[in-house]
Amino acid sequence: MSAFLDALFLGAGYNAALVAIGAALLGFAGGAAGTFLYLRKRALVSDAVAHATLPGIGLAFIVMVGSGGDGRSLLGLLLGSAVSAWLGLLAVQWLTRRTRLNEDAAIGAVLSVFFGAGVVVLTIIQTMASGRQAGLEGFLLGTTAGMLFSDAVLIAVGGAVTVLVTWVLRRPMTLVAFDPDYAAARGYNISAIDLAMMGLVMAVTVIGLKIVGLILIVALLIIPPVTARFWTERADRVLWIAGAIGGVSGYVGATLSASAPDLPTGPIIVLVAAVLFVFSLLFAPARGIAGAMLRRRGFARRVHRRQGLLALARSEPIHDAYTLRVLVAEGLIRADGVATDVGRAAAARIARDERRWDVARRLHRDTAQAGRYDGLTPIEEVFTPDEIAAFDAEIGGPVPAGGA
Amino acid sequence: MNPQTLELVHGPGAERAMEPAPPPALSVAGLTVSYGEKPAIFSVDAAFEAGAMTAIVGPNGAGKSTLLKAALGLVPRVSGDVTAFGRPVDAARDRIAFVPQRASVDWDFPATVFDVVAMGLYRRTGLVGRLTGALKASVRDALDRVGMAEFASRQIGQLSGGQQQRVFLARALAQNADLYLLDEPFAGVDAATERAIIDVLAALKAEGRSIVAVHHDLGTVASYFDHVLLINVRKIAEGPVTTAFTPDALQAAYGGRLTAETLGALGQAG
Repeated sequence: MSAFLDALFLGAGYNAALVAIGAALLGFAGGAAGTFLYLRKRALVSDAVAHATLPGIGLAFIVMVGSGGDGRSLLGLLLGSAVSAWLGLLAVQWLTRRTRLNEDAAIGAVLSVFFGAGVVVLTIIQTMASGRQAGLEGFLLGTTAGMLFSDAVLIAVGGAVTVLVTWVLRRPMTLVAFDPDYAAARGYNISAIDLAMMGLVMAVTVIGLKIVGLILIVALLIIPPVTARFWTERADRVLWIAGAIGGVSGYVGATLSASAPDLPTGPIIVLVAAVLFVFSLLFAPARGIAGAMLRRRGFARRVHRRQGLLALARSEPIHDAYTLRVLVAEGLIRADGVATDVGRAAAARIARDERRWDVARRLHRDTAQAGRYDGLTPIEEVFTPDEIAAFDAEIGGPVPAGGA
Repeated sequence: MNPQTLELVHGPGAERAMEPAPPPALSVAGLTVSYGEKPAIFSVDAAFEAGAMTAIVGPNGAGKSTLLKAALGLVPRVSGDVTAFGRPVDAARDRIAFVPQRASVDWDFPATVFDVVAMGLYRRTGLVGRLTGALKASVRDALDRVGMAEFASRQIGQLSGGQQQRVFLARALAQNADLYLLDEPFAGVDAATERAIIDVLAALKAEGRSIVAVHHDLGTVASYFDHVLLINVRKIAEGPVTTAFTPDALQAAYGGRLTAETLGALGQAG
């Protein structure tokens, strides 16, 4: 535990601190760029893009070694991965547009073919004299051992540029995700905006190869926006909340993995994000499962309360056990089913409300207000006092005792 | 705003009569669109008069929505020219407001009513420009015109169908355009919303703006619109409702799909 706290406050050594900061920036960029991928419902394309990086990594290594270089320069490897990821993306788009394949089939085809090609290239490199210590398989699941300061700078700069471009393009990307026809009618170039969005996704994928690896990077693009969606109903807030969730996941995940030997960084980051997701799924107030259950119970309770009081007002017997429990719990009837004074007053009020609604629906036929009758909303919340007075005049007779 | 716009908005009818006739708000020539090898619309010529309210009418699958979308370049066209206010449509996009079919978007999208209407101003704010107080006021004004001011902070998925249609109309109003193209604005909306929408459209026409709407209900064509374009893949008839919306033209557009009774009733109404 103290090892984790040390790491959390960047006290676990130079390398661990670099990784933690890099992972936080990467997570933020992933959440932000992934937001529009999620809103455009193209989440899985990023998986094809990520897997398509592998042959590029291998070929870049071969080219760098062939031209007398080190072969392990992160910048060079990432440039190679970007080129093949871009080709993979174009392949998905071409298959979707020009053939009868759907996007899911195109994704499956491109993902497996590029990944297979990458594995073959890596195997060839293993047989090369200079290839044995390349450690290229570390890009599959990420590796943080021996991360250099220059690597961290590369991730930081790449992440910052990605977030900045995402912010600048947020309006056209929101518009295209919500209503592409309207966006096109206003003169936005849909395919250029989609390409820019995928370019941002590719940038996150490439700079995330070192820490998280190509197999799991899709999680950093998808889990944060999906989690953020539980907490807000506005796209621009999804963007920032997703960034924050990604950043926290990256930072906490990296420090957790640094606090114990042999804990893999990338998978731990993804698991931290998953914990935040499950928590949001359960407990987010508006869209979470617990909130929905509470609201449904509250609604059922209000329905039973209303029906029970209406039965009291009409002196009808109540048989429903739940209705009886609700009325007893609120002190509206005694345990033997006889109405209390409070219960009689409430019943009279509800009965009057029903009568007023009857008149309101007759007088305000076809208006928006009368349409709001749901049997539960008190009429005072819908109509003004003078309108209600008009209903009472229509009902006639003495106003029932009890007061409003 | 260019001077042409101002003239259309403010120019009194008497003054305009002395000038040469203004170019049509929207004009298509030889427009052909096909999905696969079956034409959805074939070689349609049509001119939508500036300052008029035109209904595009025809049976299901006649290509009504396709005509609008092809005119805006939303679906590729096989052939044909499109101009708006006498210029290529791309040069006139700032003067055109499009109201898509309500069912064409996912209403669970994270946006409030205010956010959606503010999308109508994205061209004015640019990429990074702030939504200033004046722009926010124009969003609220647009919501007010469709009777949705109190719903500004509602998530759009919580609205009724009619309310969603009003939000789309408000987004178009916020653009302050000269030509409004509406795709089935009355499809699946309540009677109160239909009334509210037609009132807004009538007010726009009174301001000298042009309206083109895909319309389904033959019974209300004559009372809502002054011009009509009848199509069924090909153009059947076009012009003022009084002369173009005839039982013969309807028979030609709908074939045997309209009963003699319907035609008779419409003939009397028109």
